[in-house]
Amino acid sequence: MLLIDCPVCGQRSEDEFRCAGQAHLVRPGPPDAVTDEAWSAYLYQRTNLKGVSAERWLHEFGCRRWFNILRDTLTHQILHVYPVTQARRPEETGGGE
Amino acid sequence: MTAARPWRRYSGLSLLRAGFERQRGWPPAFIDATPQSSYDVVIVGGGGHGLATAYYLARHHGVRRICVLEKGWIGGGNTGRNTTVIRSNYFFPESAALYDLSLRLYEGLSAELNYNIMFSQRGVWMLGHSRHDEEILRRSANAMLLNGVDAEFYNDAETHRRIRGLHPNPSFPIRCGLLQPRGGVARHDAVAWAYARAASRLGVDIIQNCEVLGFEISDGRVRSVRTSRGDIRAPVVGLAAAGHSSNVAGLAGLSLPLTSYALQAFVSEPVKPVLDTVLITSATGVYLSQSDKGELVIGGGLDLFPSYAQRGSLPNMERSAAGVLELFPQFSRLRFLRQWAGICDVSHDSSPILSATEVEGLYVNCGWGTGGFKAIPAGGWLFSHLLATGRSEARARAFTLERFLTGAMIDEAGAAAIAH
Repeated sequence: MLLIDCPVCGQRSEDEFRCAGQAHLVRPGPPDAVTDEAWSAYLYQRTNLKGVSAERWLHEFGCRRWFNILRDTLTHQILHVYPVTQARRPEETGGGE
Repeated sequence: MTAARPWRRYSGLSLLRAGFERQRGWPPAFIDATPQSSYDVVIVGGGGHGLATAYYLARHHGVRRICVLEKGWIGGGNTGRNTTVIRSNYFFPESAALYDLSLRLYEGLSAELNYNIMFSQRGVWMLGHSRHDEEILRRSANAMLLNGVDAEFYNDAETHRRIRGLHPNPSFPIRCGLLQPRGGVARHDAVAWAYARAASRLGVDIIQNCEVLGFEISDGRVRSVRTSRGDIRAPVVGLAAAGHSSNVAGLAGLSLPLTSYALQAFVSEPVKPVLDTVLITSATGVYLSQSDKGELVIGGGLDLFPSYAQRGSLPNMERSAAGVLELFPQFSRLRFLRQWAGICDVSHDSSPILSATEVEGLYVNCGWGTGGFKAIPAGGWLFSHLLATGRSEARARAFTLERFLTGAMIDEAGAAAIAH
């Protein structure tokens, strides 16, 4: 069970949250210049990492704020919580426990 | 490739005969092989799909030198972690053809493989609890009938009469039930062992404790597989690694349209026979059957965040228990005996991928998500055709990676209105 440190509400149980998948996906553009391959990759291809992965989460039944977390998909350890506005994934050693 | 391997037919007579030698003369069910330096086909993943693929390759396509590489032990992944339900109640014709092929192969599998997989066609019910459920189930029933799949639709009274012990007045009242009489359950381990035994007899090398570490690719073509037990040359490599497909394909530089989630299952302590069919209810997201040992086998929805931890999370366990008690309050005093999770590779449209890739000679069988067990014979059948000929069999043509480019999805997540 995950205990997620919401940047607004503090530590809450996982069933208040919703995971929206891989963070830092960049929508390709402009639309008429995007190839089928690039569009398909943006929509469907995921790194699906076994290990430390950057994800978008929503505190759905709480403050309803979006944020990113760095989480190990094998151990479920949450390494870092950071704002969605941060363009790049932080260093794994940089944050949290 | 190898000399005929020791094999003895399983039957009442052979059991009796072996009794005179105190059941000591049995050869091993399959040979735990050591890898050779090259094969015609290497299959990565010794679960049901990988073993079935190897068996059909040897049986129907005359491929002689095949090996199956398994990181752990055969059938130790999702093949041994599912709730053993077999059904083909899908919506789209493409899916119905695929899963009904599987069901029909399952029907003859014990005899074909000379191994009792304990397939029990006790029927699979989907329950409807609201007007909207009823409409969608009627639509499913019609689609199934049009696709040539058996389906029977029952009203509330008849559903209650046929499923004994249902709560007469649950808070989500039961309005109707859709039954697929040919659906049922099988012994999951036996499916892996049966295919392994039959494949091994045909000369397939089943290699356990052998992890794939990488691929040698030159001129866009796969040349060999680097493993923890040495390099293996092969012109054709098939990946059937279920939840770990993204990782294995990643070693070849491929990116797949998959996300891996944990799906939990539970069994209760064993009790006397109380439930003689399989129930699926989308209102509570729970499915339920009783094993031959007497345990209630319970499955729920996915833990909806990517995970490779084969254990699952507490909220889903609570939801599943609550869903069961909603239908059968009398089970409230039963305790969970065991809980586990398998890692499911879910594609965007919840339909499988049986496809060639950008790397010539490298093929993938993945994306079965939460429904891989029921599809093992069909997955093996169709994937072996792809590996042997390089072309998709007619029933697999809709399931290539190309659909993520063209947009021709087979969106069973929405259409079949069931949790996979």
